Amino acid sequence: MPNLEQLRQDFPELHQSMNDERLAYLDNAATSLKPVAVIKRLTTFYQHENANVHRGTYQLSFNATKQYERAREIICHFISARDSHEIVFTRGTTEGLNLVASTYGEQNIQPGDEIVITIAEHHSNLIPWQQLALRKRAILKYINLTSNGEVDLDDAKRKITAKTKIVAVTHVSNVLGNVSPVKELAELAHKNGAIIVVDGAQAVCHIPVDVQALGADFYAFSGHKMLGPTGIGVLYGKKVLLEQMSPYQFGGEMIEDVQLENSEWAQVPQKFEAGTPNIAGAVGLATAVEYLERLGMEKVQARDEELMAYLLPRLVSTSGVKVYGSTDPKQHIGVISFNINALHPHDVATALDMEGVAVRAGHHCAEPLVHSLGVNSTVRASLAFYNNFADCDQLIKAIEETKEFFNGGAR
Amino acid sequence: MGLDKLNQLYRAVILDHASNPHHHYVVPDATNEKTLHNTTCGDTINLSLRLDSNGTITDIGFTGEGCTISQASASMLTDVMLGKSRDEGLAIAKIFSDLAIGKEHSAKEVKLLGDAQVLTEIMEFPARIKCATLAWWAFQRALSDEPREEN
Ligand SMILES: Cc1ncc(COP(=O)(O)O)c(C=O)c1O
Repeated sequence: MPNLEQLRQDFPELHQSMNDERLAYLDNAATSLKPVAVIKRLTTFYQHENANVHRGTYQLSFNATKQYERAREIICHFISARDSHEIVFTRGTTEGLNLVASTYGEQNIQPGDEIVITIAEHHSNLIPWQQLALRKRAILKYINLTSNGEVDLDDAKRKITAKTKIVAVTHVSNVLGNVSPVKELAELAHKNGAIIVVDGAQAVCHIPVDVQALGADFYAFSGHKMLGPTGIGVLYGKKVLLEQMSPYQFGGEMIEDVQLENSEWAQVPQKFEAGTPNIAGAVGLATAVEYLERLGMEKVQARDEELMAYLLPRLVSTSGVKVYGSTDPKQHIGVISFNINALHPHDVATALDMEGVAVRAGHHCAEPLVHSLGVNSTVRASLAFYNNFADCDQLIKAIEETKEFFNGGAR
Repeated sequence: MGLDKLNQLYRAVILDHASNPHHHYVVPDATNEKTLHNTTCGDTINLSLRLDSNGTITDIGFTGEGCTISQASASMLTDVMLGKSRDEGLAIAKIFSDLAIGKEHSAKEVKLLGDAQVLTEIMEFPARIKCATLAWWAFQRALSDEPREEN
């Protein structure tokens, strides 16, 4: 990995002041910043290469198609999929998960079947299954967490049974930051004849992902959380499954042959990409992936761990601060949730903002998990490899000042 | 900038209302009631009130979980609205909601807001406008949605 200060130059958004303070951007779990390479790639594409894909007979369209399909190859390689036909471009994680629920789920779930998820899921990996279960009169079961916030494998063994058809689980929690035992859950699912759907939104920009080694049948993630543009995401699906599934939306691009009475669907993945896709988004995402691969995901992971090993103990030992989840930095992939005394997270986030520290406050779209912690909301600080120790120090200092401010006040 | 600017937002009167909220209860025999959620943080405000046959608000209370701003705002609202007629109350709530979306009102109208006048400083903190307005929206909705069946 290049020198960190050099690396930070790649992210122009870092170098501005916020509320007249140095900006410490600690909301990377919501969306990452974008390197110059990605921004430039989008500009170049729109300035010189823009054309529609899969339909033009002219050179420009042929080239745009080539770039779009090249992006698929790059992403296929990045997550160690077997075949680039297993890579479906989506709007993001949310759309990928909805796609699986409303195609595979719709086709395969019968009344009385069971869908098993964990209590830690982001709403986008919860509501599609909850609604599918309601539509099909199927049963939705939740795997509990241990007191440390980890997926309880013993409970998983009780919940995943021969009745289970789908297991859906997040790879990394966006609230607690811990890694789910995806491999073990995949084995349990497969042993019981179920498939496993993995929400990789918080994993792909922090740890190396190998969908085959994980045993994932589906794996969804968002470009914008991994240095790429908004509005582009990826759904990986095993080819045998994608081929059995009915289309998600209908229109151009996804058909083979259209008659007045009937139509034939295109091959995967085009079958799932109705309409003009986010071409520039895919091309920009490919550049983001190339950027990450140039750094090396092992190095990115090591850098994240170094930052977390610095920040977590400091936060834990700050008086009045309660950190949720594990006290082991290795169980916090980029994410720490905490509260300060009885202060409301919104009040805290406003105070930190005045000190230039950008964090998220709320339930982080994971209400069941946050409620299981015994609170309505938390403050969440989330790191990326381009953060530095100064960002961590700034957070700790701002927390001290926030405590001082409010102790002189209401609570 | 630092925390100096925070003093603007967290005036003493706001901190007072938040730590000792007024009318913090569910009105027994409420005629109108509304629960609203702030979807960004999961906070909840339940507002309940009783209208008599003349359309006067004879009791009003709130419960729920929330930040300093949302709790103070709800407390201030109950102070202002108690004893007002339904129409007066709705007019005042409209002034507050208007200010929150940047519309201007005369100084005389703003005065009608009572303690809640200080909350107009919230415009300096766009991310917090929702916290301040939640109770006022709940009030408007409580009065404009179908009233509860008399029992
Ligand atoms: C764990 C997890 N799943 C799903 C999502 C949804 O991602 P998107 O909003 O990009 O579809 C997020 C991001 O908010 C997330 O953190």
